[in-house]
Amino acid sequence: MFPANFGYVAARSVDEALELLAQHGEDAKLLAGGHSLIPAMKLRLASPRTLIDLGTVQGLRGVRVDGDALAIGALTVHADIAASDLVRQRIPALAAAAGVIGDVQVRNRGTIGGSCAHADPAADFPVVLTALNASFAVVSPSGKRTISVDDFFVDFYTTALGQNEILTEIRVPLPPSDAGTAYHKLANPASGYVVVSSGALVRRDGSGKSIDARVALGGLGGKPFRAAGTETALRGKSLTLESIVDASAKAAEGSDPDDDIYASADYKRHIATVLTQRALAQASGFKVETSHPQNQR
Amino acid sequence: MNAERVAISLTINNVRHDAAVEPRELLVYFLRDRLGLTGTHVGCDTSQCGACTIHLNGRAVKSCTILAVQANGAEITTIEGLAHGDELHPVQEGFRQKHGLQCGYCTPGMIMSSVYLLKNNPNPTAEEIKHALDGNLCRCTGYVNIVESVKWAAKRMRGGQKAEGGDVSR
Repeated sequence: MFPANFGYVAARSVDEALELLAQHGEDAKLLAGGHSLIPAMKLRLASPRTLIDLGTVQGLRGVRVDGDALAIGALTVHADIAASDLVRQRIPALAAAAGVIGDVQVRNRGTIGGSCAHADPAADFPVVLTALNASFAVVSPSGKRTISVDDFFVDFYTTALGQNEILTEIRVPLPPSDAGTAYHKLANPASGYVVVSSGALVRRDGSGKSIDARVALGGLGGKPFRAAGTETALRGKSLTLESIVDASAKAAEGSDPDDDIYASADYKRHIATVLTQRALAQASGFKVETSHPQNQR
Repeated sequence: MNAERVAISLTINNVRHDAAVEPRELLVYFLRDRLGLTGTHVGCDTSQCGACTIHLNGRAVKSCTILAVQANGAEITTIEGLAHGDELHPVQEGFRQKHGLQCGYCTPGMIMSSVYLLKNNPNPTAEEIKHALDGNLCRCTGYVNIVESVKWAAKRMRGGQKAEGGDVSR
């Protein structure tokens, strides 16, 4: 399979990419790792006239601590996030999500920025980043702005990014020392994409009570679904397996998943509850079995 | 519309190549059709099966989902770059000793992924081997002998696999 013809420009800097984007307008697409865009182009689901390659721009890769957040360059590949000691120690859910995307080769090439900008409803990063309350640093010819995760993902393959904007960095607040995070996924066995997934961030006080929980679910709609029922039910409760099970029963409350070829809507709601139990239990310090070695090391 | 060709320069199996490519030319077809490096296979062509796996700047990647222009300046190793003359790479030898193949179509990709695994993890468990080969599909052997092949190679590369298994004569 070949993509339709297109012109190619390798950008040397973010500024140059912005100029090229302004020049080519809606006919252009930004290319990061290409692991969403190139397959779409091969299937002729996308036929941009021009690709502006960000892979040649320096300074968009890597993970660093910046104040009270982890700053992750948009072109950082999944494998580097999964293997980062910084990520594994401070935000285990993010390393876990990065480590279960696609397969080894895909993780060596796909980027966090590309995945988020593509906003596939069956992707892992949008879900875990919603649970972690991340934000997105964006540049345009008129300057910089930051978009919160709850505003960034809009619908199926749709984000708040404007036509003239480039996502440069994903910022994930470092959870306080009393917090825990976890991400659990039921993957489609053929494609590896999310059937349903659940990400959780739990903060507790000295007596083990939950101060605050954020829970996000994937696979229930066009964008990550905040499990508001679960979050509310857990607030102020002691973090026991009983309270977690009770709160998780409300995980899919208010969601409206579709039946599809792999799973019925009822099944997805059920799995949302099960995965939320696991994610909350792990984030609260209980030992939870995972089947993926990435999550065990 | 015919897009303008783009000049690229890259190193493949320690040989430098300069070429002008159409932007839409995929790396796997550049390797196969332009350079005749047909050991890298095209299986699914949708980044699932891993038959097209190569190493790009030291990492295992799927060359059906990379444009040749994106590989400008890269160092690439293909299955043809593993052996030293008649001496097979230990992973190639492992697939031979343990018969880690039937039709052989997936084998170059399996081997490239296995070499990448052993570079990062010289003594993997069977479970780790299976996860490392998650992105490589085989439709005939059932994977058992593939895992055995990788274990054999790991042992050989750690210096513990010499006479055992002997030579296979054909």
